[in-house]
Amino acid sequence: MTTTHAEPVHGGLPHEPEKATAEGRNKVLAFWLFLGGEAVLFGTLFATFLALRGQTNEGPSANELFHLPLVAAATFLLLVSSLTSVFAIQAMHRNRPKLLRNWLLVTVALGACFLGLEIYEFSEYVRHEEFGMTTSAFSSAFYTLVGFHGAHVAFGIVWISLLIGQLAYKGLTVVTAPKIYVSAMYWHFIDVVWVFIFTVVYLLGKVG
Amino acid sequence: MAQAAHTLKSPKPAAHGVKRYTGLMDWITTVDHKKIAILYLWAGGFFFGIGGIEALLIRWQLIKPMNDFVDAQTFNELITMHGTTMIFLGVMPIIFALMNAVIPLQIGARDVAFPFLNALGFWTFLFGGLLLNLSWLMGGAPDAGWTSYTPLSGAAYSGTHGVDFYTIGLQIAGLGTLIGGINFLATIITMRAPGMSFMRLPMFAWTTFITSAIILFAFPAITVGLVLLTFDRILGANFFVPGGGGSPVLWQHIFWIFGHPEVYILILPAFGMISEVIPTFARKRLFGYSSMVFATILIAFLGFMVWAHHMFTTGLGPVANALFAVSTMLIAVPTGIKIFNWLFTLWGGSVRFTTPNLFASGFIPTFTMGGVTGVMLASAPADFQFHDTYFVVAHFHYVIVGGLVLGLFAGLHYWWPKMFGRMLSETLGKWTFWTFIIGFHLTFFVQHFLGLMGMQRRVFTYLPNQHFDTLNLVSTIGAGLMGLGMLFFLANVWITSRRPPDAGSDPWEDGRTLEWSIPSPPPEYNFKQTPLVRGLDALWKEKAAGNKGMMPAEPIGRIHMPSATPLPFLMSAGIFIAGLGFMFSRDDFASRLVGFLFNNYIVTGLGLLIAFGAMLMRSLYDDHGWHIEPEELEGR
Repeated sequence: MTTTHAEPVHGGLPHEPEKATAEGRNKVLAFWLFLGGEAVLFGTLFATFLALRGQTNEGPSANELFHLPLVAAATFLLLVSSLTSVFAIQAMHRNRPKLLRNWLLVTVALGACFLGLEIYEFSEYVRHEEFGMTTSAFSSAFYTLVGFHGAHVAFGIVWISLLIGQLAYKGLTVVTAPKIYVSAMYWHFIDVVWVFIFTVVYLLGKVG
Repeated sequence: MAQAAHTLKSPKPAAHGVKRYTGLMDWITTVDHKKIAILYLWAGGFFFGIGGIEALLIRWQLIKPMNDFVDAQTFNELITMHGTTMIFLGVMPIIFALMNAVIPLQIGARDVAFPFLNALGFWTFLFGGLLLNLSWLMGGAPDAGWTSYTPLSGAAYSGTHGVDFYTIGLQIAGLGTLIGGINFLATIITMRAPGMSFMRLPMFAWTTFITSAIILFAFPAITVGLVLLTFDRILGANFFVPGGGGSPVLWQHIFWIFGHPEVYILILPAFGMISEVIPTFARKRLFGYSSMVFATILIAFLGFMVWAHHMFTTGLGPVANALFAVSTMLIAVPTGIKIFNWLFTLWGGSVRFTTPNLFASGFIPTFTMGGVTGVMLASAPADFQFHDTYFVVAHFHYVIVGGLVLGLFAGLHYWWPKMFGRMLSETLGKWTFWTFIIGFHLTFFVQHFLGLMGMQRRVFTYLPNQHFDTLNLVSTIGAGLMGLGMLFFLANVWITSRRPPDAGSDPWEDGRTLEWSIPSPPPEYNFKQTPLVRGLDALWKEKAAGNKGMMPAEPIGRIHMPSATPLPFLMSAGIFIAGLGFMFSRDDFASRLVGFLFNNYIVTGLGLLIAFGAMLMRSLYDDHGWHIEPEELEGR
């Protein structure tokens, strides 16, 4: 029977600590499966958005609304945060907990900046463009799709912050490593979703 | 944080430093798949009973023309809740009950991959189901049909909270199903015993695997659909509101992209149960095992590309209708392969018609009839005649009741001794079978003709002298007979539970798979030693070789067990409170305090706080579990 003891492995961690225990391997596998379900979730939201994006109900259209420089800045922040989460995982594989913590902090900070820009963007639309949830089918679809992504980013920020805290007092063990690894998978996933949002919602909104 | 408890060598479980609960708390905190199976069974059976009573009330209203037993509004609520309850809260949990009871045993595992998530899935399902059924007591049940088509289900035409109970209750229950699906996928991928390759998996494990994959890819679609409908109704969004630019047809697409795979989520596990019961009682290995596997995969694959056959009359155009008609008819091919495989398994076997095998044998012709009307409905031009008539009602009851429910009865009678350690009475079981199946055909066979004669579904009454009267009377009598069959089953369960345990490890004597190699009911840890699997039908193979049982794949050692925890229960209760709070957030209340709490999202926030708080506890405090020592396993 596989042992599942939580104490740090003496003489350093195994090379891939996230896959060192059966629990860890199960967690990573199940998280891939979960992301498959998430892909369907966002796929349905994208399909809804594509079906309704022309239905502006005499409210603002995508072309009138969007300012690409702001969105491009947000995109840049989120893409870089994905890179820093890779650095974090590399630090984890080299068993350097301090470096791992620092890269996670950078990732969370970049995510928070992204979220700040998004909140600013939404509040501008609501206050100055009279573009709210109830304005049109397009507005409902826009806020739901982009808002769902934003909620995922917010959840990721809270999640990774808590893991940074756990890292501080539990250390990097074969129990904490899988948690950090799946949070990085999650972070990459919401990054990929954003790439599609940037293309389908914003770029297509400007030219379509 | 090395666990001091781990190093203690004591034969008493209480000395392991882990809290063991008893009584009600044991059930609330359990993470044991066998106990969760029993919870699923009782909860699913409870909702199945409610759905059944609703069905009997529907049939009583339709017993004669111009009946005024219930009014039209109540009738709409009854049909909506009957469909929704039966599918999401009745049969799916009973499927999950059997999966939980059997799958870890069949693959030679000591538990599922995620025992904690397993409990969480159960409790979210239960709280979602309770929320949905609270609607009867809190201002009226949903009344827009189980499909909840927009704009009928929108705020403009469904002003009460009925549909909110539908959207939020199903959302919470659906979360549980999704969690269960991921858990079984991971369990079957990673927890198989040595030697248990994929092509040695028992068929029920295979269909559970494929069903879980369908759940994973179908349920997120309805999650989004329900969110959009909730936003339309509560936040005033415009997804399905034509006046705001929305599209009611979009709801139909989203609903059926989920809804059609859902029918395969229901029927594939029944296929698996039948594929276990028939070889056992024909005393032959399943004919065409590998073709069964590939037929299952093919059905799941095709199941995702046929959804628009529910929408032939929506007006998608002839090209779309033709494509979806052809893809639908294609499903008949793998399904036909399965039917013939079962027949060929029975053919030439030394067949014993025990109660499970009666249900399984009754399943084959009954389900085939439902399949044939399915192919008829797949023909788009003909569907313009059948659509929304009792022909459709007859069709889907033939596949769901004649298919799934007969399969569940077969499975329940078959695995009951493994779950509870007691054999159900064969005499009462046969009474159950004959009353149920005769009642079933009496109820639904005539509905084909009612439909062809033009009787619309979902009408609360009908005029006399349209040749509907006699057939409706017959149908209602049949429904009563089905109810009687259920009573026989309940009596059987009750009487059996009063008797002392009598089931050995292999009570049917011809068990072929691993669950029959261990005691009934199995000990907490299932397998004292993980078995070594040497072929398909692992236990049968050992029996044929003259061995007494399975060959162990490991020496006797300490067994690691997960700890019981109340967190899944708390988490689900929190989600339940949050859902209730959100639903009533825009209401006016007589009491100012209650209004203050709901209108400022304080109730919602409190619920989320409990849910996320429990999640946080789970993350912060590592569950190290506990160990069963070899001395205990040896009974010393």
